[in-house]
Amino acid sequence: MISRLRAQHGSGLHETNTYLGQKYIVADSSLIPELLQVLRDQEQFDYCVDITAVHYPQREKQFEVVWILYSFQHNDRIRVKASYAEVDSVPSAVSIWPAANWLEREVYDMFGIRFEGHPDLKRILLPDGWKGHPLRKDYGIIQQDQEWVQINLGIESGQ
Amino acid sequence: MTDRTSHLELEQHEKTFLDSNELIINMGPQHPATHGVLRVILKLDGEKVLGTECVIGYLHRGVEKIAEHRTYTMFNPYVDRMDYVAAVSNGLGYCEAVEKLLNVQAPPRANYIRVILTELNRLASHMLWLGTHALDIGAITPLFYTFRDREEILKIFEKYCGARLTTHAFRIGGCSYETYEGFEREVKKFLDFVTPKIDQYEELLTTNRIWLERTKDVGKISAKECIALGVTGPVLRASGVKWDLRKAQPYAAYADFDFEIPIGQNGDTYDRYIVRMQEMRQSLRIIDQAIGKIPDGPIMAKIAKVMKPPVGEIYHSIEAPKGELGYFIVSDGSTQPYRVRVRPPSFVNLQALDMMVRGALVADVIAVIGTLDIVLGEVDR
Repeated sequence: MISRLRAQHGSGLHETNTYLGQKYIVADSSLIPELLQVLRDQEQFDYCVDITAVHYPQREKQFEVVWILYSFQHNDRIRVKASYAEVDSVPSAVSIWPAANWLEREVYDMFGIRFEGHPDLKRILLPDGWKGHPLRKDYGIIQQDQEWVQINLGIESGQ
Repeated sequence: MTDRTSHLELEQHEKTFLDSNELIINMGPQHPATHGVLRVILKLDGEKVLGTECVIGYLHRGVEKIAEHRTYTMFNPYVDRMDYVAAVSNGLGYCEAVEKLLNVQAPPRANYIRVILTELNRLASHMLWLGTHALDIGAITPLFYTFRDREEILKIFEKYCGARLTTHAFRIGGCSYETYEGFEREVKKFLDFVTPKIDQYEELLTTNRIWLERTKDVGKISAKECIALGVTGPVLRASGVKWDLRKAQPYAAYADFDFEIPIGQNGDTYDRYIVRMQEMRQSLRIIDQAIGKIPDGPIMAKIAKVMKPPVGEIYHSIEAPKGELGYFIVSDGSTQPYRVRVRPPSFVNLQALDMMVRGALVADVIAVIGTLDIVLGEVDR
């Protein structure tokens, strides 16, 4: 499968490797929409297990978005990773796997990464008016949106 | 609230309230049948559901953020607080994920203890589901029965590790506690005790006319829709997909045991009930096989006190009572994880609620929330 993908999209795949027995692909962000579609349609990765992100503030492209896919037919998993800068928006996978809907909303909520083409991109776990994206590395562990807490909860601080 | 409901395409009626047929009501967050603090905004036409919107996050504690500020060992008890009715499964998934990252393996004795406790926990979780689900639908008796019998499992947990609910039973590298004196005898006694009890629950419900009316053809979801929406666990199996991570990608000692994967055909609430009941019997079968032949040996692998997994990442998932529970851990080579992502089955399964209840009645929404078996601690993390 990897060799097939390599033949088709060779230049866009920065790395295809296995770590601890798990396959992963590091792809160029421009290739992502096409690659995800190919993985579902041709390689039968019909189940989108998870979409998440990792924040690397020291990198030029700070966010690494990770798609974890599973194929029922082959009983196989693969991780697709691509890097994005803060201003970039990531192509939404909702049209490929409807399961991506809430998963992308959570990534947006926690990291502030925008998904292009998402039908209803808004916060999911935090309240709508909240400021900041907690899973970014520059967001402190006891940091909170004081203003929101004071207005909505009527208390000085949630700590 | 307009921003929350805008996607439901509310028509702006100039008529009076009585002329308009469409009604928006809130179910929850303080509602006994939403199994925690779940708020569902329902768009109704009389009694018919036109659309729903789930508002979640009331129990959000930032577990993934906390993980980045704790060592691998310190984070272990936190995972119990996600799906708090199946804390043992949460712990198993996390410990195994970190073990993989460290490239160590739990000794066989530890794996057998893990399987026994995890299956007992699956029973406890399914019992709690059955009691509350039946209560939601209007059958009060099963709740008393299942809670009475679940108590016996909690007693075993308490004797084993001192805690009943948030057990923190396992450690990275194996188990912290040796089985107590008489553990095997008590588990065997429990098996003999609970087998007729499950028949009793089935006697109350399986052919009960009211139960059938309330669950048959309610909240139907096909296998294709389940896969597209990422729904796993008993819900997926009730739609006819024979897929269980314990068989598909065996972990712990599951490869050693003989058990079936029960499946349904119609993907309705009744089939999900049947699948879970059969899963309880299969869990008993696994425990029965494991309890007689727990191997001797150490219960902890040789593992450094200060854990520093090599730089890299891992995704490991297990079959929790609710579905696929996955941990994606990124290590930067330090004592604390760089990122921990939990893939919660309840969160992903809850997404299917809207599809399952469109066109149904308000009372069916209650049945469907019950049958999805969500735990809000895990949805919100």
